[in-house]
Amino acid sequence: MFILLGVVNLKKDSFKVAGKLLKSRLIVGTGKYKNFSETAKAIKASGADMVTVAVRRVNILDKKKPILTDYLNPKKITYLPNTAGCFNSEDALRTLRLAREMGGWKLVKLEVLGDKKTLYPNMIETIKSTEVLVKEGFKVMVYCTDDPLLAKKLEDCGAAAIMPLASPIGSGLGLQNKVNISLIIKQSKVPVIVDAGIGTASDATIAMELGCDGVLINSAIANAKKPILMAKSFKDAVISGRNSYLAGRMQKKYFATPSSPIKGLI
Amino acid sequence: MAKIQLNGKKISIKSNFSLQDLLKKYKLINKKVAIEHNGQIIPKINYKKKYLKNDDRVEIVHFIGGG
Repeated sequence: MFILLGVVNLKKDSFKVAGKLLKSRLIVGTGKYKNFSETAKAIKASGADMVTVAVRRVNILDKKKPILTDYLNPKKITYLPNTAGCFNSEDALRTLRLAREMGGWKLVKLEVLGDKKTLYPNMIETIKSTEVLVKEGFKVMVYCTDDPLLAKKLEDCGAAAIMPLASPIGSGLGLQNKVNISLIIKQSKVPVIVDAGIGTASDATIAMELGCDGVLINSAIANAKKPILMAKSFKDAVISGRNSYLAGRMQKKYFATPSSPIKGLI
Repeated sequence: MAKIQLNGKKISIKSNFSLQDLLKKYKLINKKVAIEHNGQIIPKINYKKKYLKNDDRVEIVHFIGGG
């Protein structure tokens, strides 16, 4: 009976954000790669069907410079425009409104930063921006601190997904507060995606084993010595962590229990 | 002739120059960019009828790699 339930669970284990069905629980960033060719190869190896992108000025001095959309077709992969680099609500809103005008993107990632050194999110501006964007019809995935109360506040404001940080952006420090992330997972009715700070594949597995719905990775792949191989490693790590969560881990005990039967011992 | 500020740089353009003409000048594709004109986001359908005048500030943005 239990085995049967497990199989049913695996089959039904789909991942949806704001009604959009995603095949992979791994979302990847497109920044920091050596060139666009490497970006495209790493994303392919990761199996991700959603990627984050930033909005910036066009380089008007170099007309022949290659552009991201030449390498990653927005019709084949879901672009998730972000507000990276915005330190107040006004800039974040401006950026996402421009992104929407670019190609009708309503599913966006909001991040409003509060401190240049830690890139820690400014939650006051983040909540304010979420409210405005939801009113304007955006589906907002929100980068946030790992405070369960603020995560709940974001959900109440209409966030499409809660994206707490594992540790500071680009730090590679991994999950620093598993308890808080777990609390957020348990209370949230919208997807919880661990964003920022994941350093290596095992960190992603740990996040998935806690029961989060997905992870967002950029630096850990782009800054690896072999980014394409690391992308593949993350793909496997996320699948493995999810399966491990669905399978349900054994209980921890302080003393040993033999794996081989005692009966029939010679 | 008119002098405008494009993406923070001063440039000169001919008179009766529209946003669509500006995109053409820089070999940019309408679908892949978004334009802000004096702080206002301009819908794509209006690029042809939006003419530029002296001291206008124009921002043309697109998607780049980011996390």
